[in-house]
Amino acid sequence: MDDDLLTIAGKTFRSRLIVGTGKYASHDAMRRAHDASGAEMVTVAVRRVDLDARDGSSLLDHIDTDRYALLPNTAGCYTADEAIRTARLGREAGLTNWVKLEVIGDERTLFPDNEALLAATRVLADEGFVVLPYTNDDPIVCRKLAAAGAAAVMPLGAPIGSGLGVQNRNSLTIIREQAEVPVIVDAGVGSPSDAAVAMELGADGVLINTAIAGADDPVAMAEAMRLAVRSGRLGYLAGRIPRRRYAAASSPVDGLVGH
Amino acid sequence: MTIRLNGEDYELAEPVTVHGLLDRLDIDPRRVAVEHNLVVVRRARYDSTMVRGGDEVEIVNFVGGG
Repeated sequence: MDDDLLTIAGKTFRSRLIVGTGKYASHDAMRRAHDASGAEMVTVAVRRVDLDARDGSSLLDHIDTDRYALLPNTAGCYTADEAIRTARLGREAGLTNWVKLEVIGDERTLFPDNEALLAATRVLADEGFVVLPYTNDDPIVCRKLAAAGAAAVMPLGAPIGSGLGVQNRNSLTIIREQAEVPVIVDAGVGSPSDAAVAMELGADGVLINTAIAGADDPVAMAEAMRLAVRSGRLGYLAGRIPRRRYAAASSPVDGLVGH
Repeated sequence: MTIRLNGEDYELAEPVTVHGLLDRLDIDPRRVAVEHNLVVVRRARYDSTMVRGGDEVEIVNFVGGG
């Protein structure tokens, strides 16, 4: 199992868990949670420098970039143009051509605008970006994104930050069966069992932020997620038994006492 | 002269390089990315890119996100 690597755009990862950097109570809590998660890639957001309230500190002071690959996101962008601009800035700030591409279509659900997402994916892939688009759990959109040049697809399990877990297992299974690029479940994971379900369904990885950062003990939850992702992955590779409606005895039916 | 800096008016006595602007703002150039009139400025061009009156400049950095 040691050679079970996740490969995206030619880069290999031993960990199939990608973690975020948002919502932590402190930089120290974030750093310790990252360590416990075993992740090798972390997402970051691109925002204007606050020119009035700067203390000279930087998020990057708290991320060992030799250990963690940076995955800048375009969170909060509502048009393809905004997302493209943000991706280009993230590339310059992070010295990486990877981007977790988000084009949001609605404030309340934070569901993606698939039309704009596809357009932005095309532009950025053409510019040489490794594009990982955050998308609906829609097999057709995922197929179109891959055709547009996405290096992986990141279907949501449930709305961002909702903690509802994988809401449409069948769609996720179909996405995995059809996709020719890695499938990373992004958003909606609330508990370790949610992460395990995503992996059991065949996801190649899971991206988790809120469920770790918002836990009472983020470090313990990070470790739980690491184990859950590994457990779900092993379960997927091992091949689960078929479901059946009625019982099938585990013990022999012959040789019972008194018969 | 006035520029638009991160969406707000900002006064400059005279045109400056991007590098000069970052110095004036006490910003470590290695921690940020700069967009000048909608085009990202590569770090190697911070010394040669001039910011003039009416220009739009965005200076961004990384913050926590998912």
